[in-house]
Amino acid sequence: MTELLVARGLGIAFGGVVALKDFDLAVAEGDLLGLIGPNGAGKTTAFNLLTGVLRPDRGTIHFAGREITRARPERRALAGMTRTFQNIRLFDELTVLQNVMAGAHGRHGASTLAAVFGGPVLRRSEALIREKAEAVLARTGLAELAGQRADALSYGDRRRVEIARALAAEPRLLLLDEPAAGMNDREKAALSELVTRLNADDGLTIVLVEHNVRMVASLCRRLVVLHEGSVLAEGATERVLRQPEVVGVYLGRRRDHETRQGAGADASEGAGGGC
Amino acid sequence: MTAGSPASSRRLSQLQALVLLAVLLAGGVALLEAFGSGYHRTLAALTLINVMLAVSLTMTNGFTGLFSLGHPAFMTLGAYVAIAFTYPAGRKSFAMPDLPAFFSGIEWPLPAGALIGAIAAAAAARIVGISVLRLKVHYLAVATLGLIIIVETLALNLDGLTRGGRGLTGIPRSAELWLIALCTLLVIVGCWRLKHASVGRAMLAVRENEMAARCFGIDAVRLKVTAFVLGAGIAGFCGALLPHVVAVMTPNSFGLMLAFNLVAMVVVGGQGSILGAVFAALAFSLGTEGLRPVEESLGLYGLTQVVVAVVLILVLIWRPKGLFGLDEPLVETR
Ligand SMILES: Nc1ncnc2c1ncn2[C@@H]1O[C@H](COP(=O)(O)OP(=O)(O)OP(=O)(O)O)[C@@H](O)[C@H]1O
Ligand SMILES: [Mg+2]
Repeated sequence: MTELLVARGLGIAFGGVVALKDFDLAVAEGDLLGLIGPNGAGKTTAFNLLTGVLRPDRGTIHFAGREITRARPERRALAGMTRTFQNIRLFDELTVLQNVMAGAHGRHGASTLAAVFGGPVLRRSEALIREKAEAVLARTGLAELAGQRADALSYGDRRRVEIARALAAEPRLLLLDEPAAGMNDREKAALSELVTRLNADDGLTIVLVEHNVRMVASLCRRLVVLHEGSVLAEGATERVLRQPEVVGVYLGRRRDHETRQGAGADASEGAGGGC
Repeated sequence: MTAGSPASSRRLSQLQALVLLAVLLAGGVALLEAFGSGYHRTLAALTLINVMLAVSLTMTNGFTGLFSLGHPAFMTLGAYVAIAFTYPAGRKSFAMPDLPAFFSGIEWPLPAGALIGAIAAAAAARIVGISVLRLKVHYLAVATLGLIIIVETLALNLDGLTRGGRGLTGIPRSAELWLIALCTLLVIVGCWRLKHASVGRAMLAVRENEMAARCFGIDAVRLKVTAFVLGAGIAGFCGALLPHVVAVMTPNSFGLMLAFNLVAMVVVGGQGSILGAVFAALAFSLGTEGLRPVEESLGLYGLTQVVVAVVLILVLIWRPKGLFGLDEPLVETR
């Protein structure tokens, strides 16, 4: 398999706090990789560096064979890498449909001149964007909410709109930052199924940050464990989850409810369980 | 309320709204030309220009989340550039001795001059925008205030072109009401189309969350520059029209007070709401004119400004998103 994303030696510090140190990551085309670690381990920071929200102090990032270390976020998105945000960042005053259509603008939007003067170019672009957005909404089970304002939705639905919007940008690599946080069990099951299908059916490469070990274990073949800004372990899911240092770090620091859910969650137990 | 909600059966379709707007404008112009006094026609012209200014500012600021106060600067620039083309040729050497010889024989019709004024304003916005639009919201507000002062000071000191503080008089009153009404229609329709196309949605996305928008491939900087330049172009055009309504232009014709009033209209109407801006501009223009006799009879000069400020503050307290927020009342948005 070819590497789609390769990060080498990424590092960044905020003031005195070293959030990420010597971070290496290789994601192969078609991978469904879990990125886990306790609170403050640097998972979100890693996503921020990869997507260009933050510039690294050191290290390099290559995507699809091109160096993108200093590229602007919109360039990376158009190259094929999009994400969701842990602290949901929807376009609150727009409807669900408009949120998702905005996700498709970068690829298919007509120019300002076309928008003002109209014509076939504009009509084709608008129709295409709407068609794509509606397909994504159907895919993510949001069709009924299309006309709702984003800020009127439940937490779980807002998380799904985040995913739908990211999909509308037609990524090759999707970075999901705790997509299940705040979801109920039914929503989590639907999410797991969606992630599986996106990866298996569409061949979408996915990196999943998730605190719910059971869910990660059931979805991901490979894991990378972050701890205090550095990679603590990586490899096949079952093997990584049995490593004593991972168990130690992870059990010691996890949030309460996840401790309850995933207490004995080693791979064999988690693999079958829908989350 | 929600843009795009299906429950809008009692709303006008976009086509109906367009026809209605055109009929209202055409009918108004016809009535005023037939029965109105010069005063009424001037009031109508100034009101429509305010509508265009407010709509263009709600596009610049409301769509993208910028906070530019720079409209008067671009209006001043557009006005002087246009006047250089439209001023009576025979009097140019006297009123504007520093004007290049090229202009001395020129006396163009207003639409041509105003268009060039608009292009000059847009070009200036393009140049300024590259650096200024990097600034965060309130710094941009301060920087564009600075722009107004700079342009005003320049105009005061270039008195070989502007006659300085004495101002230029005898500008042809060539801004016909029908021309202004037509421009108003075009500005409203243009901004409406922009808002409801993909580019407009992308601009709104930038306003809602710039970093998120960028992470989906939206070029936020470019869209902000676009909105800023388009707004400045319309402001330059309006600035060019105005002296051709009132026949006078001075360096402080368009100053800080106008910047405040325009922002007040946009905030009251709802940032990003085109019809909100239209209604707010109508209410402002007709309201302040209606208050003028009261002001004079009571001897309370400046009363109208106080009323505008109080209304703005009340709206900010009770309806911080303005009357209509981002929405468009009365008309379907699909
Ligand atoms: N913008 C920032 N400014 C200052 N410190 C930051 C910033 N972003 C992250 N940090 C710090 O960097 C470290 C890593 O944070 P990060 O959000 O990446 O962790 P995380 O693994 O995503 O944690 P969580 O599971 O809680 O989401 C933390 O100590 C955090 O406080
Ligand atoms: Mg995080």
